[in-house]
Amino acid sequence: MSNAVSALQGASFDGYCKVEEAGLTGMITLRGDLASDGVAKAVKAVTGAAMPGQGEVTEGAKGRVGWMSPDELLLIVDHADAAAIVEAATASLGDEHSLVVNVSDARAVYRVKGAACREVIAKLAPADTSVMQPGMLRRTRIAQIPAAFYLEDDETAVLVCFRSVAQYAFDLLKDAVEPGGEVF
Amino acid sequence: MLILECPYCGVMADETDLHGGGEAHLKRFGPGSSDDDFETYLFHRKNPKGVHFERWRHVSGCGKWFHAARNTMTLEVYGTYPAQTYEPPKDLVAKIKKKHPEWGGYE
Repeated sequence: MSNAVSALQGASFDGYCKVEEAGLTGMITLRGDLASDGVAKAVKAVTGAAMPGQGEVTEGAKGRVGWMSPDELLLIVDHADAAAIVEAATASLGDEHSLVVNVSDARAVYRVKGAACREVIAKLAPADTSVMQPGMLRRTRIAQIPAAFYLEDDETAVLVCFRSVAQYAFDLLKDAVEPGGEVF
Repeated sequence: MLILECPYCGVMADETDLHGGGEAHLKRFGPGSSDDDFETYLFHRKNPKGVHFERWRHVSGCGKWFHAARNTMTLEVYGTYPAQTYEPPKDLVAKIKKKHPEWGGYE
């Protein structure tokens, strides 16, 4: 087994919010009919989380489940468990028309910590971050790249993007939290 | 800035989150059709001053195509609806008709 490393290996920057790369995070894309019982059962079995509704992210004992589109879920789990979870979910889905893929190493994850974490995201994305509450997930873009974000709590935003643009995303966030750049 | 509600995500997505796909509800003329029909299907597009039905893709969101009815002159958005349909929903057409009695209607 090769030595897994995350995109920026935990790089961080302290501005008026703290930006840090979250390190190794397991991510699984699950596509299928989200209304079916089979999918809900598989999600519950592997993460312990309930099925998220439109634009929501739910939390279970073994991970989070985010609603990405009407037929796509993102399972955020422990990196080491991801492969086993893919297998378990595939087995649980059985004959159901679905797709489960481990995309852990295709993603980069950032945490923005601080009271102004919403403001930092708002600088980069066309999303209304003031209405975002913990438990909501929004897929949008930051500057020129696609990204999704949700709030872990009122002062921690988690942002997910493609690994190929990890440095670009980090530079953007770093710039957005630069001291002196406060908006409110 | 044009802001459309994605009927799949339920979020208000602005123009930079979306990608325009041109006129909605085109009727396809494929193999076996007359040259005139094929030319119309390929090249002839409506370019109305006023009510227009368009395709949009929520490109950095859910990635789904949807339809929108908007006014090309005032930029007013009448509504958005999923793409799994051959024509605009009746209630949306009625709503636009009520607002613009002079509008010739869809088609």
